[in-house]
Amino acid sequence: MNSKTLFDKIWDSHVVRSIEDGPDVLYIDRHYIHEVTSPQAFNGLKERGIPVMRPGKTLATADHNIPTKDQHLAIRDQLSRNQVERLSENCQKYGIELFGLNHLKNGIVHVIGPELGYTLPGMTIVCGDSHTSTHGAFGTIAFGIGTSEVEMVLATQCILQQKPKKMRITLDGEVQNGITSKDIIMHIISEISASGATGYFVEYAGSAIRCLSMEARMTICNMSIEMGARGGLIAPDETTFSYLKRLSSIPGIKDLKSSINEWSNLKSDKDSVFDRDLIFDAGSIKPMITYGTNPGMGMAIDDSIPMTDKSGNEASSSFIKSLDYMGFKPGMKLLGHPVDYVFIGSCTNGRIEDFRAFAQIIKGRKKAANITALIVPGSKKVEQQMLAEGLMELYKDAGFEVRQPGCSSCLAMNEDKIPPGKYAVSTSNRNFEGRQGPGSRTLLASPLTAAAAAIIGMISDPREFITEVKK
Amino acid sequence: MPKVKFDILESTCVPLPFENVDTDQIIPARFLSATSRLGFGDNLFRDWRYTKTGEKNSEFILNNPDYSGQVLVAGKNFGSGSSREHAVWAIFDYGFRAVVSSFFADIFTNNALNNGLLPIVISDDLLKKLHNLVQKDPGTKVKIDLMNQTFTILMTGDSVKFGINPYKKECLLKGLDDIDFLLSMKSLITSYEKTKSL
Repeated sequence: MNSKTLFDKIWDSHVVRSIEDGPDVLYIDRHYIHEVTSPQAFNGLKERGIPVMRPGKTLATADHNIPTKDQHLAIRDQLSRNQVERLSENCQKYGIELFGLNHLKNGIVHVIGPELGYTLPGMTIVCGDSHTSTHGAFGTIAFGIGTSEVEMVLATQCILQQKPKKMRITLDGEVQNGITSKDIIMHIISEISASGATGYFVEYAGSAIRCLSMEARMTICNMSIEMGARGGLIAPDETTFSYLKRLSSIPGIKDLKSSINEWSNLKSDKDSVFDRDLIFDAGSIKPMITYGTNPGMGMAIDDSIPMTDKSGNEASSSFIKSLDYMGFKPGMKLLGHPVDYVFIGSCTNGRIEDFRAFAQIIKGRKKAANITALIVPGSKKVEQQMLAEGLMELYKDAGFEVRQPGCSSCLAMNEDKIPPGKYAVSTSNRNFEGRQGPGSRTLLASPLTAAAAAIIGMISDPREFITEVKK
Repeated sequence: MPKVKFDILESTCVPLPFENVDTDQIIPARFLSATSRLGFGDNLFRDWRYTKTGEKNSEFILNNPDYSGQVLVAGKNFGSGSSREHAVWAIFDYGFRAVVSSFFADIFTNNALNNGLLPIVISDDLLKKLHNLVQKDPGTKVKIDLMNQTFTILMTGDSVKFGINPYKKECLLKGLDDIDFLLSMKSLITSYEKTKSL
């Protein structure tokens, strides 16, 4: 019998037809949509006069452009309001379930999918958003697509897709105190570069991955795209199943026990072969921070900015351009560098564990006067959890205002923009030029590192604030 | 999806020799609020093309009258980041029909091919040579022949084969549409669904 990787097993069982010398016709189990990348796809259906083939397999939310204040009022920006209204109209017209603005289940698409039980092991999942890779944490093939492909899925529940190559990233060893899954994935990306996994689908394995909670795993899979991978997955295990058992309901699943029995088989065969195999030592990972304008430009927080880029090209124009944009120089240390903004939230770090981590450091302390903080829960459910656990009070006492859910400053489509030239320590996923607003300077980091910066007002090592052993 | 045909293109080039140009540079998120596919070209490379005060940045290549053409010659790892198809719509709407680089991000490649914009991968060395030639002489022309999958620098005669998925090649040559193709397989798709629910 041919041994297969988990990726092969899920992919192969979803191929409706293989086209000779061409892509596969891949069946999609779950399709998430949002207001920004769907309107043109619905226009396409309208022009062709065709329906949505399986409206029950698509779920919609409004997240990318919505304000994070006064959500009960009409959206002030006319174009954004129009997009959100079009989403509502399209969902109503085509019979698609929508958790829109002010709905109790609203939130960032990659936060609500898992927490509401729509993301399940073994599924194929797509969404017009590159961070769809998040859902791979449940042992799914999940990847971001363009709007033409959104239209394909709406029309036929299938997508034409070339099967990517397979990479395994194994992480063994024990993670040190004060290190989060954000640091783990940022470390991997800094080692293999922002394009090091292009053309591949990644499986994360190893003892250090197995120890992680579901939310921590989602952070890892979420950033797979930041090294160019189509997606990343983790084989489901007891951690996955107990997460699912804790959910109040799972749509479409009648007998969870028998489903879990089935899902237990979802793993790579022992002797299955990957096109590329990488091994990292989790024990050597330190808190990470980025210094440049792509997520591959990251380093340990107590390191110095390298003198050359990854390929050793001293003063390559792209490397220098990037540091110039950030206002940094090669060889510079970042510890103690002043910070203006702190953003905690996004599909990378907008879940309850992230807000608990942030709280761990700010508890009993005060926000630094020079810091403007954007604290944005990933969903209504996360917001409710924060309230129930007393985090809202704790944040308030420390001088932080908690906003309403949305993608917010991660891509700054709404009003949550970082002003030109200002430095933001951000728990989001991209430090591209202007990503958080024109001229904004983003330093990607974990919620713990963001909290340390928020208290001190400068880039600071979060390990100095952590006394108890906590992963 | 627009039905665009591509066969042979002969054109001058616009050079953009930076690595890791991500889709946020191609079209910043604050310009994604439209609900049609048109007009994104006005904001292509917006934050490089215009100064903070909204004037044209004369140093940026798109504002240099010496350079024009339907071929964008980019740097390594072009189109990384967000899956926004708006990036491809912006490049196409501006008037480009092909992008040349030594390496493209995966989602960008798919999005480009789905919109009739041809992504052409050439070697790092040839890309460097092309950038040098174009920088010296903005009149440098290239020829792209999709049927024969050849990319030629006309002035020097450098000619290489480029790769493309045979299915996608046929779609571009004939102006075929993926959705029509998938719709024609609907009975196959419904029978697949039946086997899954057993």
